[in-house]
Amino acid sequence: MLLSMNWIGDFVDLSGLDRRALIGRFTLSTAEVEEVIEKGADTCGVIVAKILSVDAHPNSGKLHLLKIDTGKEVVDCVCGAPNVRPGMKVAFAAVGASVSGNKIGKAEIAGYPSFGMCCSEAELGISADHSGLMEIEDDIPLGTDLKSVYEIDDLLFEVDNKSLTNRPDLWGHYGIAREFATLANRPLRPVPAHPTAQYDKLPALKIDVKEPDLCFRYSGITVEGIKTKKSPVNMRIRLFYCGSRAINLLADLTNYVMMELGQPMHAFDRRRVGQVEVNRFPAPFVFQTLDGAERNVDENMLMICSKGEPVAIAGVMGGLASEIEDDTDTLFLESANFNGISVRKTSSRLGLRTDASARYEKMLDPELTVPAIERFLDLLFQAAPDAKVTSRLTDVYVHKFEKITLEIDKAFVDRYTGIDISCDQIAATLTSLGFGVKRNGTAFTVDVPSWRATKDVTIKADLIEEITRIYGYDNFKITTTLSPLHPVRAEVPATDAKRIKDLLVERFSLHEVHSYIWSDSAKDKLLGIETPVNVRLINAQTPEHSSFRISMIPTLLSFAYENKGFAEAFGLYEIGHTVDGLLPDGTCNERKKLGVVLFDRTVNEETLYYRAHEMLIAIFRTLKHRSPDFVSAEPRFNWQHPVNLSEITLDGKTVGFLTTLHPSVRGKVDKKAAILAFELDMEIFSAISEKPLAYKEPSRYPGIDIDLSFSASVGALDFAAVETAARKVAGEYLKTVSLTDLYDGENGESVTLRFCFSSSEKTLARTEIQPAVDAIVAALSADFGMTLKTV
Amino acid sequence: MILKEKIKELRARFDAELAKAGTPDALEALRVAFLGKKGPVTDLMAELRNVEPSEKAEAGQLINTLKNELSDAIAKTGEALRAAALAAEIRRQKKYNPTLPARDAVGSYHPITLVQRELEEIFSSMGFTIEDYPEIVDDYHCFEALNIPKHHPARDMQDTYYIENGQLLKTHTSAAQNYIMKKYGAPLRAIFPGRCFRNEAIDACHENTFFQMEGIMIDENISISNLIYFMKTMLSEVFRRDIKVRLRPGFFPFVEPGFELDINCLICGGKGCPSCKNSGWLELCPCGMIHPNVLKAGGIDTDRYTGFAFGLGLTRLAMMKFGVKDIRDFNGGSLAALSQFVSE
Repeated sequence: MLLSMNWIGDFVDLSGLDRRALIGRFTLSTAEVEEVIEKGADTCGVIVAKILSVDAHPNSGKLHLLKIDTGKEVVDCVCGAPNVRPGMKVAFAAVGASVSGNKIGKAEIAGYPSFGMCCSEAELGISADHSGLMEIEDDIPLGTDLKSVYEIDDLLFEVDNKSLTNRPDLWGHYGIAREFATLANRPLRPVPAHPTAQYDKLPALKIDVKEPDLCFRYSGITVEGIKTKKSPVNMRIRLFYCGSRAINLLADLTNYVMMELGQPMHAFDRRRVGQVEVNRFPAPFVFQTLDGAERNVDENMLMICSKGEPVAIAGVMGGLASEIEDDTDTLFLESANFNGISVRKTSSRLGLRTDASARYEKMLDPELTVPAIERFLDLLFQAAPDAKVTSRLTDVYVHKFEKITLEIDKAFVDRYTGIDISCDQIAATLTSLGFGVKRNGTAFTVDVPSWRATKDVTIKADLIEEITRIYGYDNFKITTTLSPLHPVRAEVPATDAKRIKDLLVERFSLHEVHSYIWSDSAKDKLLGIETPVNVRLINAQTPEHSSFRISMIPTLLSFAYENKGFAEAFGLYEIGHTVDGLLPDGTCNERKKLGVVLFDRTVNEETLYYRAHEMLIAIFRTLKHRSPDFVSAEPRFNWQHPVNLSEITLDGKTVGFLTTLHPSVRGKVDKKAAILAFELDMEIFSAISEKPLAYKEPSRYPGIDIDLSFSASVGALDFAAVETAARKVAGEYLKTVSLTDLYDGENGESVTLRFCFSSSEKTLARTEIQPAVDAIVAALSADFGMTLKTV
Repeated sequence: MILKEKIKELRARFDAELAKAGTPDALEALRVAFLGKKGPVTDLMAELRNVEPSEKAEAGQLINTLKNELSDAIAKTGEALRAAALAAEIRRQKKYNPTLPARDAVGSYHPITLVQRELEEIFSSMGFTIEDYPEIVDDYHCFEALNIPKHHPARDMQDTYYIENGQLLKTHTSAAQNYIMKKYGAPLRAIFPGRCFRNEAIDACHENTFFQMEGIMIDENISISNLIYFMKTMLSEVFRRDIKVRLRPGFFPFVEPGFELDINCLICGGKGCPSCKNSGWLELCPCGMIHPNVLKAGGIDTDRYTGFAFGLGLTRLAMMKFGVKDIRDFNGGSLAALSQFVSE
């Protein structure tokens, strides 16, 4: 929203103050100013002059040769404007003047000398009208500096509408002026008004509000005999500077009052609208708004009707059929207050946001409707003195907001602010902002003014904001708290995630990536990955991103594919969220997961497999002091390998999986690379308790290592099972079992296991452990068909 | 003195043999040949009993001296041989090349992880607990409990992703406030980093998936003055220099009063430059005193407690801190970009 300091100056005297500094204070105390714009500074020396004569230009059909009387002299001027005529008063920039930054000099135009330029309003920068020269009123003396008659000089500033969402009172210059008055500590002047009590004897208008929940107040009045069609120049300049466009007197007046008081108004042609009903329609229909567009109005939208015919979409836009036309001289003026939520819904359903709807959405003060009419009439009678009011001011006020009174005291303010703001300052600030303040010692009874009471200021904390923002946050003394400190221990899931990241990055040189919580079915398709059916978003940007991911791996595979040129070998991981269908209560089964993908063109798949395996063991051993089990599993996704897929389990709970890629997918990611993937469910992982460290004194006696080689059938070795079986029969001296060699031969596997025996009490003799060795050999033979190889 | 002659002759023979012993094995053979049990020195010792008693002492000494001299000579030669062998081994050793590039030397953290960890450390050191929260939430936690009723215009500001089961993707980390207040009660100081979602088109400055970090502190007498203190301290730690902050009124339904917090522009130092639109200030994070309705919804006694809350854009902070110009680099998975964030 663009705001004019001239306009604000109508209501608060800011003379002698640095206006730019005040605008800076406005940013810190009210709302952020995005831009300050100086208007008129690049135009100077433009005066009022008169065209004495108009001659055709011999060399041009469009140009004219003018004699111009500047009041001091008569000069020649070549002019191309179509509306030149002798006797016309114009804005003339003589040699030496500047017009919107262009310096005017003596010129020769099509062979004839020209000593200045007659200006259009667009050239002067005060309107968009470049259809012809600006015509100056006849009673202004020749030679008068245009700037002394018209408000060409102004200082504007722009405030983002979003930062005024909570302040319905700031949607017009008067509310802004109230802020400036408070910031500058100067009085706020009342809004000029044309009193309407004098018309109370005239007939009332028929106004029927059938939806009191949607229309809180409807005030109207009718006027006839409006001869003037064009608004005063200064009004048009202000409207133009503030981003509006001049249309005709009545439309301009409604816009002007809206931009001044924040109250939207609508001017109906009295010939079309003589009475109104505020109502909804039972069935949808098409309505043509005054911008010419056809709108699909439905049964939820509040309409203004006249004798059953719709004439406006309440609070949004009027209809084309009842708009002010060139010959309109009678007026039905609407000044109403509508439910903000209803206007917002209608406006968003129609996709039509207007200056009026933007204001109504904020819940305007219903008290504004009558002052707005009185201000409108005040301005109207200045521009059109012959106009005549033909009805009483008819006011249907169906919903009043409750009066809000708040009790606060200085202790409350001190507690919230942490600083000492004096009682005098509290009272002065609130009073200046229009609050009613009754002070009793250090306690205050505060009446919230109607323009802040629709939703903005409702509780005591709201008053804190009023007091502190005017006090200025940059004036605050800042202090630490005095709260007692307590030890804080991070929770297991957080530390688990942190330590896994550290392990993967610092020990295994993996790269952490981030991706999205949804599947990307287009990227999946590229790699031959079937995007699984899963819970979906209603309003995804593209249909490819509408389904949540179940596994982290597909995204990581896409990243691996896209990073093929980065290095011959790399590893990626992400700890992110996934959704695995719905829980029985209907909520999403959101799972936090670690996904890892290894990509390597320098080693074979088996080597990479054991590297991934090692990472998993490292994660479990480091964080939980235990090793997981790997259990063969059936693929759930088409990218998982049917053979080399294992579930990672611990205590019977599945924590995740380790897999190579199905050849159909692996080939699409890269023809030459080995690719491995594993995933852990972080919640299940974190629920596994860390095995406490149990220190065992190392034996001070030498142990005996026994290496035994066995034959076994291919793929039969289940090391964990073998170890368990051996321990079961070996007795107390067996300390560790390790794999020293594994060889796949034609006729089966050759496995060499090392059994370490030791005692903490004595040096063992070979004979003492021989029974254990024999038992192990027997057990492995019986349980796994492993036969001892004789050397 | 036949003995002396014998010693002299033996010594000469030894010296000649020693000169020829060029390997540790030959040297050992020499030692055995001369000093062994069946060697000539042992023989000389045996001859000592035929010597006149008056000369015995001198003769014994002579033999001992010879024995020691031979032992020393062998040891010395052995030393030299070993040194020569090591020198030869070193000469044979291949010279390695430390200038060759290392393969896969270091991994990398996501820049968000680095910024998040730094903030977590700062706040942990000030007694804040770190909380995790789901990304999929319900309307109550994301809006209602935060004083954003249905049809509130504030909902328009945050284009929400809705899920077919009626849940939604959290639009801000504030969605965890209610849960955390109920979990801990007051007094409370907590931060909760997390991923947030807004349904908008992606470009260099906009992402639909980004990180925030929310912080709340609730206790008796928590004030605006405390809020400014914490924000200034925390930001000065993050940027490792004294940061100037300023507060402006800002409207967020879950705080009252609410603020926009600006910091002096890090690029121009506050003089004004294109990055700060010549204002000298950068808008960094919304904050404010927690709205009494939000405290009440979290089961906190508003007569006794006040609190502040702030929401830091972690993604934005990471962009500022590392000079990342295109927000898409964060979720794009390109290692050319991400592998640079080795550690902080």
